[in-house]
Amino acid sequence: MAEIPLGLGGDPDVTPELARDHGLVADEYRLIERWLGRRPTFTELGVFSVMWSEHCSYKSSRRHLRMLPSRGAGVATAPGENAGAVAIGDGYLAVFKLESHNHPSYVEPYQGAATGVGGIIRDVLAMGARPVASLNSLRFGVLDDPRMAYLVRGVVGGIGGYGNCVGVPTVGGEVGFDPAYNKNILVNAFCLGLAREGELASAAARVVDAPVIYAGSATGRDGIHGASLLASAEFGAGSESKRPTVQVGDPFAEKLLIEACLEALQTGAVAALQDMGAAGLASSSSEMAGRAGFGVELDLDRVPLREPGLSPYEIVLSESQERMLLVAYPGRESEVLAVFEKWDVSACVVGRITREARWRTRLAGGLVADIPVRALTTDAPSYERPVKPPAAAGAQSPRPKGAQLTSAQPAAAEQPASTRCELTQFAAGSLEPAQPLSRREVSAPLASRRRRPAPTEALRAMLDSPNIASKRWVYRQYDYLVQSNTVLGPGSDAALLRVKGTKRGLALAVDSNPRACALDPYLGAIATVCEAARNVACVGARPLGITDCLNYGNPERPEIMWQFVRGVEGIRDAALALGIPVVSGNVSFYNETEGQAIPPTPTVAIVGGLDDVGKRVSSFFKSPDDVIAFVKSGTLSLAASEYEALFGLGEEHGNGLKLAQIDPELQKTLLEALTQAADRGLLSSAHDVSSGGLATALAEGCFGCEKLLGAEVTIPEFDGLGPERSLFAEGTSLVVLSYAAARRDEVGQIFAHRGLKLEAIGQVSGVPRLKIGSLIDEDCRALLAIYERALPRRLGEGD
Amino acid sequence: MLVEVFVTPKRGVLDPQGRAIEQSLKSLGFRQARGVRVGKYILLEIEAGSAAEARRTAQAMCERLLANTVIEDYRLRVEGE
Amino acid sequence: MRWGVVTFPGSLDDRDVLYALREVMGQDAVSLWHKDERLYGAECVVLPGGFSYGDYLRCGALARFAPIMNSVARLAAEGGVVLGICNGFQVLCEARLLPGALTRNRSLSFICERVTLRVENASTPLTRLLSPGELIRLPIKHGEGLYVAPEQELRRIEERGQVLLRYVDADGGLSAQANPNGSMNAIAAVANESFNVFGLMPHPEHAVEACLGGTHGLKLFGSLLQGA
Repeated sequence: MAEIPLGLGGDPDVTPELARDHGLVADEYRLIERWLGRRPTFTELGVFSVMWSEHCSYKSSRRHLRMLPSRGAGVATAPGENAGAVAIGDGYLAVFKLESHNHPSYVEPYQGAATGVGGIIRDVLAMGARPVASLNSLRFGVLDDPRMAYLVRGVVGGIGGYGNCVGVPTVGGEVGFDPAYNKNILVNAFCLGLAREGELASAAARVVDAPVIYAGSATGRDGIHGASLLASAEFGAGSESKRPTVQVGDPFAEKLLIEACLEALQTGAVAALQDMGAAGLASSSSEMAGRAGFGVELDLDRVPLREPGLSPYEIVLSESQERMLLVAYPGRESEVLAVFEKWDVSACVVGRITREARWRTRLAGGLVADIPVRALTTDAPSYERPVKPPAAAGAQSPRPKGAQLTSAQPAAAEQPASTRCELTQFAAGSLEPAQPLSRREVSAPLASRRRRPAPTEALRAMLDSPNIASKRWVYRQYDYLVQSNTVLGPGSDAALLRVKGTKRGLALAVDSNPRACALDPYLGAIATVCEAARNVACVGARPLGITDCLNYGNPERPEIMWQFVRGVEGIRDAALALGIPVVSGNVSFYNETEGQAIPPTPTVAIVGGLDDVGKRVSSFFKSPDDVIAFVKSGTLSLAASEYEALFGLGEEHGNGLKLAQIDPELQKTLLEALTQAADRGLLSSAHDVSSGGLATALAEGCFGCEKLLGAEVTIPEFDGLGPERSLFAEGTSLVVLSYAAARRDEVGQIFAHRGLKLEAIGQVSGVPRLKIGSLIDEDCRALLAIYERALPRRLGEGD
Repeated sequence: MLVEVFVTPKRGVLDPQGRAIEQSLKSLGFRQARGVRVGKYILLEIEAGSAAEARRTAQAMCERLLANTVIEDYRLRVEGE
Repeated sequence: MRWGVVTFPGSLDDRDVLYALREVMGQDAVSLWHKDERLYGAECVVLPGGFSYGDYLRCGALARFAPIMNSVARLAAEGGVVLGICNGFQVLCEARLLPGALTRNRSLSFICERVTLRVENASTPLTRLLSPGELIRLPIKHGEGLYVAPEQELRRIEERGQVLLRYVDADGGLSAQANPNGSMNAIAAVANESFNVFGLMPHPEHAVEACLGGTHGLKLFGSLLQGA
């Protein structure tokens, strides 16, 4: 090792203090010196600090994520790729991932959300898939605060502004409001791509001496340390001043990058492809080389710069958007460069892959960084953070019965070997019974109206609640039609795309349930997975794969770490019970402001397959005289319900804060029954009952057709709740169906055959009136007006 | 030669942005605000022997590209004029 | 008849128009590249929706200078058919091949929804399969679709019957509520004076299959075919 990298004239001296300012603790800095056998240069220190940040290294979560069942029939990718892929039939793969962009969106909502959309699209593109649809899950605070309304407008504007211009339809998603997010909103973006089997691109640079090609926008000073500083630390009062680190998106540049990259892949000259996202060139180049066990040497003089005079530190850490890194087969780089030239996207060779597994960068011929690749990637620090249930002992929330839990344990054959040993590591701390959090951490009721409202009044309040009301104000700003695949768009239980050239459909749903997770992080996570799966099944599709985005507070606090571990366990158990692999995901920690953490919010997106898109089922009633029925597969309660949030719980309500129980096995049976009924063409509609309970679901069922319909039903009574509360109780177990009276027996048999009871409660009516026993008798036009006006009234007309 | 181009919507052409801003100003208590128009400001350098030449060139740029004269007016400020 | 569909950098619905023409309608359609001047025998050229050149400066302002636009203008002058959809409409206005201009929606936000349109002139090559006053449903998706024209010009295009489609409510009536972007006279589609260049904000290519929400777009494409 003759050559030692040198700092440059203007570089600050590297000291343990400077390392601390970079977010590296003393032990980590010592470890860096040990890896290098010397003091790092300033550039090296910067690279270590981002690569070892929570955001890039998953240092607190890595060991726990291994317990998720990532394999299964049809899974075409290994963990660690840019996105997961599952086979959908007819030679196609669905490639997808969900990712957070919470902190940037809170600092600058429009650009934060826009670049979140851009980043997840590039992750899917990096797999060699054409991005075909986006979803997003948004969690805001209460709308009374003008700042929050500003954030909502900005985030929605940014998602639309980017997605509409890049030509990827935003076909669905969810939007929720809760005071727990007043100071820390969540923006989770999902992208689905489509690829041919056998044509997935690799992110591993497996060819020595291969040229490394930089493609896309020039590098500027934007976003330096965005990943490490914004997403790996709590928010404090000074966060506003971090604005300069927020990146600005250029969807036009991304559109050209998509077309150019897909065309470049067609040449066969591309050996590997990777997005330059968080930690830019440093992370993309080291990861590409690292996956193959090789190294990389970069010549920073060749990197296109937006302004002169960037230091090596800035060049390798810049998070300028709309950039991709490609590795070409040696001698074939001109074929790749020609494609980029055709699309007017700048591209040039900036380095090469080396056999020696080191990350080396040069400026003006001089070495400025020389780091073992392993130190940045696989061997980055990983922590076993202390895990502790919250101190407040109290009523214990229910867990699934023992039998259910054991049946949900990973089958050894399905699990990577590492999973089993990991399980024992945290078992001691994490398998304690779940404890409810204090009420302060759970959302406080929006209004302190403790009076028990009349059912009609309650229904009107539900439909007027931003959580339940029509999200038309939001999705009207999204192009959900481009690419001509959208069979069911926003407003459906799940979005549905057709796959051109086949009869197939792909259903997409994204869900989170922070109120339930606040009560019980484990059961809440199970409920979230089950809800997403049910939404997909309601349109008639079979769930094929899960992607998750795990949003939590500061992992250095044992109580938060406990929430996280319980959440991952919940997803694991639900995924195993339902038989759906978790093929990709993302973790977002440090969602705290001034010491106040968000409720645990694991967001789950599920992609499902429908063999014949013509057999889809939508959520709205279709014809007068159709039978309305429900199928119930678990207990309901008012805990964590919208009703509880709006009105509180009556003192006499003994159920307290207990979350409804879930039996994942029974959920699986329900999914099978739903898809079978759809496949046989028996259903007119299927709608998952979620926020707002049965009464809300019935009202929503009437709103769908261009001509409003009505419904007349008797009142079911659930789980000893009494008639009034049964109308609004929630739980992850109720689906409302409608079907022609002549199909009654056939539909009933499908459910009965599986031990599920279908209960007819009334019929669809041509008169737009919702009648529920003697409790509710309302004009659907009036209800629809409330439902449609709720968001525009709070956010501005848009007209 | 430094040239500044101001592009504004023609009088009488609907300017929804201007209208929205005017309304917001009024709701903030600036009742004096009226006639708010939102346009573009373009700053460029033009190689030219004289200010008059720079103005002619900038004018041609506006007519061809920088402004849509169906709905927009433009005004120039040329360095040294 | 051979169709040509232009791809500018930033065009988005170009593939959707090609899909509608080729796969749904079984037509002979070629993709035309913005840097190329050749039309490859296309008799009807479609300028698709999207954000050509990022829609920087003004929507359509930069696209009109693309090499392909010389050939498009020539085709229009020779009486060939040119159809601009959404961003294509904006490009044709910028190129002065159509009267008026398109500016920011009254709401200032992007709007994606299905709207009801009333046929104002059914004796043009684009509308001959429809009848006057007929209501059709097509989706719109744009941020800058507010149609404006100087008053005199507006009067002229109204008198000559150059207004082809208007935004209306479900019963065919005009109202501020039914005019999604605030267009003058609720104009959604116009033709040039010689009725061979057409621009419309709604997207007929997104209304050609029942499973994707309607087939009224077929009547517009079909009308152009009938004349051929």
